Amino acid sequence: MDSFFWTYVWPALIMVGQSLLLLVCLLVFIAYILLADRKIWAAVQLRRGPNVVGPFGLFQSFADLLKFILKEPIIPAGANKGVFLLAPLISVTLALATWAVIPFSQNWVIANINVGILYVFAISSLEVYGIIMAGWASNSKYPFLGALRSAAQMVSYEVSIGFVIVSVLLCVGSLNLTDIVNAQHDGLGTMMGLPASFLDWHWLALFPMFVIFFISALAETNRPPFDLPEAESELVAGYMVEYSSAPYMMLMLGEYAAILMMCSLTTILFLGGWLPPVDVWFLNWVPGIIWFMLKGSMVFFMFAMVKAFVPRYRYDQLMRLGWKVFLPLSLAMVVIVAFVLKLMGWA
Amino acid sequence: MGLQAIFFYIFAFIAVASAFMVISAKNPVHSVLFLILTFFNSAGLFLLTGAEFLAMILLVVYIGAVAVLFLFVVMMLDIDFAELRSGILQYAPIGIVIGLILAAELIVVIGGSVLAPEAAKSITMPIPNPAVRTNTAALGDVLYTNYVYFFQLAGMVLLVAMIGAIVLTLRHRTNVKRQDISRQVARTPETAVEVVKVKSGQGL
Repeated sequence: MDSFFWTYVWPALIMVGQSLLLLVCLLVFIAYILLADRKIWAAVQLRRGPNVVGPFGLFQSFADLLKFILKEPIIPAGANKGVFLLAPLISVTLALATWAVIPFSQNWVIANINVGILYVFAISSLEVYGIIMAGWASNSKYPFLGALRSAAQMVSYEVSIGFVIVSVLLCVGSLNLTDIVNAQHDGLGTMMGLPASFLDWHWLALFPMFVIFFISALAETNRPPFDLPEAESELVAGYMVEYSSAPYMMLMLGEYAAILMMCSLTTILFLGGWLPPVDVWFLNWVPGIIWFMLKGSMVFFMFAMVKAFVPRYRYDQLMRLGWKVFLPLSLAMVVIVAFVLKLMGWA
Repeated sequence: MGLQAIFFYIFAFIAVASAFMVISAKNPVHSVLFLILTFFNSAGLFLLTGAEFLAMILLVVYIGAVAVLFLFVVMMLDIDFAELRSGILQYAPIGIVIGLILAAELIVVIGGSVLAPEAAKSITMPIPNPAVRTNTAALGDVLYTNYVYFFQLAGMVLLVAMIGAIVLTLRHRTNVKRQDISRQVARTPETAVEVVKVKSGQGL
């Protein structure tokens, strides 16, 4: 009985504790990312943004949380009730499930699995179900149109994201996320005489892929300028039209968790994860998690800026960009990267 | 009973139950959703056997892409359930025959491994130790060295099928305005604007 406790129950308890800690930190972080999004958007438009609740509006997200929870959830009469309520749950569960494999620092990871990047890719390709189910179950025209748009959009941009990931994997030779970060210790920067610096990270060696990944990440998470599934000028709010109070909050939470996920994925694949930018003693002394959060926040700042000043795409232009520009480009880059690695003997 | 067995029974039970729901659910959209649940649990079963790469590929390909298209089509169809159910007796014999064939094949496979356990060990490729070689790398070894021509051939078949589908659905319509982005970008003030000197009081 004692051995049963130490082999099964204790590790399970530790894992539950770690997951809970991660979830709490993540949710608080999402609350402030949401606020940052609104503040940056406001600053670009010369507004103040939310500034009433708490100093500088710092508690705005928590006030919103209370409001969402206390409001009455309205389920439309014609809705398919089970699927209608299942959709936000699926969207938020999947978005949070991906975080299990993200390494925040060396060995700071809940599940260090061999196929980490594939796991993230697989789970984020399932996130489209939350949206399709929400759109269909609402039993209304605008949500359904939004869901159709979103499904087509997410499936299209997943293809180029897949090829970008393949080209990074070719350079690394492993599907493990920790290995991917550690492989960025030496690269172009080391060859140019600046070892273990920001020039070693993949963003420089794979610059076109970095750009394609960033733009595809915007499309994959339905961020502006690719927010056609919820384009308010055409579809009111797309698949979210019929949702209110807590289910609506869960859809939003799922969306922002997915956005943050894409930011950390960009950090891990291209910006060297928790590695310090320059190899000097006081920067090496800073804990890796700080670097990881700084880089992730920087990528999110770019997401927010794009939202603030890029106008929305037209739907056929969005499809053209995905299938006719990004797909051939990323496919060609995979071939080029493979050839270069083979010919130079780096593989 | 180990932890693995418990998880096996959880995954297997949900997979079988949701597979049953696929054929018995009244609403076709619910059927597809149950099908997705079946796929998901099969991925869990793959994970239990240590085939992590296959599990993830099952998620990406079947759930992330194929089932999305299923769901798409089923949602947009306007299906009359009563009419759909009326022919059930007419098609029952074919269904029973297919079911019997599948059952017989399963019995042959399982019976074979029970009667002759050494048959499973005589496979052509030895399975590498997972501690030394991850099964993603092992799969790659086999696919890209021993079976590279078959792999390429499978790719060619898929390519031909894809081109065929595009050719069948492509139609050229003549009087449709199309956007040519490179032409729009290449426009200069010289080609786009004509400056006309208008005499005052006369107009054009």
